[in-house]
Amino acid sequence: MMDIPTSLKRTSLRDVHVAAGAKMVPFGGWDMPVQYTGIIEEHRCVRSAVGLFDISHMGEFEVRGPGALAAVQALTTNDASTLAIGQVQYSLLCYPGGGIVDDLTLYRLADDHFMLTVNASNIDKDWAWVTAGGRGGAWTNVSEATGLLAVQGPKAEGLVQRLADRDVTRVPYYHFASGKVAGVPCLVSRTGYTGEDGFELYAPADRSAALWHALVDAGKADGIQPIGLGARDTLRLEMKFALYGNDIDETTSPLEAGLGWVVKPAKGEFTGRVAIEAVRAAGIKRKLVGFEMAERAVARHGYPILKDGDPVGVVTSGSFSPSLERCIGMGYVRADLAATGTELDVDIRGKAQRARVAKTPFVPSHAKKI
Amino acid sequence: MANVPADLRYTKEHEWAKLEGDKARVGITAFAQEQLGDVVFVELPKAGSKVTAMKTFGVVESVKAVSDLFAPLSGEVVEVNAELPKKPEVVNTDPYGKGWMIVIKLDGTKEWEGLMSAADYETLVAAAGH
Repeated sequence: MMDIPTSLKRTSLRDVHVAAGAKMVPFGGWDMPVQYTGIIEEHRCVRSAVGLFDISHMGEFEVRGPGALAAVQALTTNDASTLAIGQVQYSLLCYPGGGIVDDLTLYRLADDHFMLTVNASNIDKDWAWVTAGGRGGAWTNVSEATGLLAVQGPKAEGLVQRLADRDVTRVPYYHFASGKVAGVPCLVSRTGYTGEDGFELYAPADRSAALWHALVDAGKADGIQPIGLGARDTLRLEMKFALYGNDIDETTSPLEAGLGWVVKPAKGEFTGRVAIEAVRAAGIKRKLVGFEMAERAVARHGYPILKDGDPVGVVTSGSFSPSLERCIGMGYVRADLAATGTELDVDIRGKAQRARVAKTPFVPSHAKKI
Repeated sequence: MANVPADLRYTKEHEWAKLEGDKARVGITAFAQEQLGDVVFVELPKAGSKVTAMKTFGVVESVKAVSDLFAPLSGEVVEVNAELPKKPEVVNTDPYGKGWMIVIKLDGTKEWEGLMSAADYETLVAAAGH
């Protein structure tokens, strides 16, 4: 309802979204579609059929050259040396103090050539971070030239396959292949942020509209719908996937966030290693958990979490779960209160509303773990 | 153009009020529900409680946001829509009908004259929408 600042960045699909009736909102400096028909309907479309997302606002950096692997190893927490060409890895950039600069997916394009996909709101910060201090490798920020569409849902594989010039059904989870989809050169990545099977398609920004229209046309019989950031958020929340700026940030340790599985101290030195290992040795004091509300009461980011009236944590994400038809959320709680089933309260506008620590993901993942 | 029934009056916070004798029925406008998106929860006062013009009387939660409800008029709540906790989505599908929220027994008639006409509200929405 506010005037949209004219400085908002636009993906090459911005006018396509407006023409499709999307409600546009500012997100991380971008003018993005939050919904087309409605968050709940779009959410269910992804869980039951297939949804199409424009996520071209995400950033992509490439690093190549003899120093590329060493640079990536020094910057990220996961072990990039284990990554085969054609494989993708979830990883983190951390500060020396152990807080999180950003979370990212790392692609090994060749022995000495990687791509990092980073959060839209962090592109400038991350770019400054990875290029500071001469860590080696030749870095290129290809964010503006790169379009990114996500095709997610049980019918995603069949749809992309019908348009692809090669067998994408054989691309395993967290792997990618290069090929053409609807005649558009793409990096076809079996990844996503929804818990459904599907692909993320990296294409030249000036071809992403053609790719979008081809997917919409070819997906009509599958019930394809464009999906906004609103449903992207409820879908990822049902999987307890962290969102940078909400659930993780410079003040949170990967270990508190449950991301210890992408921290590999045995690989050698990397930024943040010492601090993270100190936290590991001391034991974490708080932990990111998922919770379900007893009533229809939506816990929002920043609401206090209570135990017997005392503050024991804070909500980082919360919404109505269209799949469960209950209110769910994530938040940091004192480590001794993190066990599944623990009864807590969330302070919602001064009223203590009952919540219970839940097993996560809240709904089963259908990502193709092959 | 937004759906703005001519026989209702409006607040700048996007509530509507319909005069029914010495009472007024209250809800949120079509524009408001469009802006909110899918409504999943509505918190309303109990019958018998007092509300004051342009003070909050409840809360509406959509999937993505929480928003205060402002009373268009002062008085006593004499009826509350008991269906809304079970079917909050009717706020989206029928904001001027089944999506009504409360009925207020008015303290007086003066405040009614201060509410926006449909024409004024349409102008407000046209300006806010774009």
